[in-house]
Amino acid sequence: MSESRKAFWSGVRAEFPLLVGVFPFGMIYGALALNAGLSTLASQLMSSIVFAGSSQFVTAQLVHDAAPGFVIVLTIVVVNLRHMLYSASLAPYLKNLSLKWKALLSYLLTDEAYAPSILKYEEEGITPVSHWFLLGAGFSLWFIWQISTALGIFLGATIPKDLPLDFALPLTFIAMVVPALKNRPMIAAALSAGLVAVLAYSLPFKLGLILAALAGITVGTILENKK
Amino acid sequence: MNIWLVMLIGGLLTFGMRFSLIFLFGRFEVPETMRKALHYVPPAVLSAIIVPELLYPSGSLGLSFGNTRLLAGIIAMLVAWYTKNTLLTILAGMAVLIILKIFYT
Repeated sequence: MSESRKAFWSGVRAEFPLLVGVFPFGMIYGALALNAGLSTLASQLMSSIVFAGSSQFVTAQLVHDAAPGFVIVLTIVVVNLRHMLYSASLAPYLKNLSLKWKALLSYLLTDEAYAPSILKYEEEGITPVSHWFLLGAGFSLWFIWQISTALGIFLGATIPKDLPLDFALPLTFIAMVVPALKNRPMIAAALSAGLVAVLAYSLPFKLGLILAALAGITVGTILENKK
Repeated sequence: MNIWLVMLIGGLLTFGMRFSLIFLFGRFEVPETMRKALHYVPPAVLSAIIVPELLYPSGSLGLSFGNTRLLAGIIAMLVAWYTKNTLLTILAGMAVLIILKIFYT
C-alpha cells in the first residue's frame, strides 16, 4: 500500500469513533429538516452545500419559523465563524499544498475532521503525505453525513404528522447547549442571549435572534476577560 | 429569499471561512478577542432560539402550567444536564410534551 493511501486510511480510522456519534445526528437532521418544511431535495443537498451540522439544524428551525433569507444567512455565518479558527490552526500544516488541495480540504473542514487531524499534526508535523490523513478524516465524515441525512429523510417521511416533531429542534439545541454550561461566562452568555431574545421578540425579521446572539457573545467575552 | 439561494450563499460563506486562513497563511492572524468570543457563539445563538421557542409556543407569551412546551423543555434541560445524551434529551422532551398534551385534552 502506498504511503498516501496508508495516511488516508489512518485518517478514516481516527475518524471512526466520531462517525458513530455523527450518524444518529445526521438522521435527526434529515428527519427534522423535512418536518420543518424543506423539500426532500433541499434537506438532502443542504448536507453537501452547507455541510455544517449545527448551522443546518438552525437553518431548518428558521425556515420553520419563516425567518427572512438574510437573517438565515447571517445566522449561518455567526454559527460557522468558528471554522476560521480551525482554518488558522491547520494553515501551517497545509501551507505547501496546491490551491486545489487547499480548497478541497477546506470544504471538508468540519469540527469532527479538525479534531483528530490537529492532534495528528501536532504529534507528527508535516510529512509529504500528511494531507491525506485530513482527507481520510474529512471525506469519511462527509460520506457518513450524506448517508445518514438520506436515511433520516426516508424515516422522517414515515413519522405520523400529528406528532409535534417540530419541538425536536429546540430539544436538539437544548441537548447541545446545556452540557456546555460549565462555567460562569458560558452560563451568563446563554442567559443574556435568552433574555434579549425574549425582550426583542417582537422585532421584525427575527432580528431579535441576531441581537440576542451578539448580546450573549459580548457578555461571555467580557466576563472571561474579567477573570 | 429563496431557500436555494440561502443555502448557496450560506454554503459559499461557510466554505470561505474554512478556506480563509489556510489561504491567507502568514498574512493574517485571528485576533485574541475574536478567539475568545467564538467560544460563546454556540450557547448564545442556541439559547436565543430555545428561550423564545419555549416561552412563546404559539406566538404569544405563555408563562403558565398550560404551556406544555415550557414544562417539557425544562425537563429536557434536566435530562441534558445529567445525562449529556442528545438522543435521550430529545426523547424525554418529546415524551413529556406528548403525555402533557394527552393529559390536558
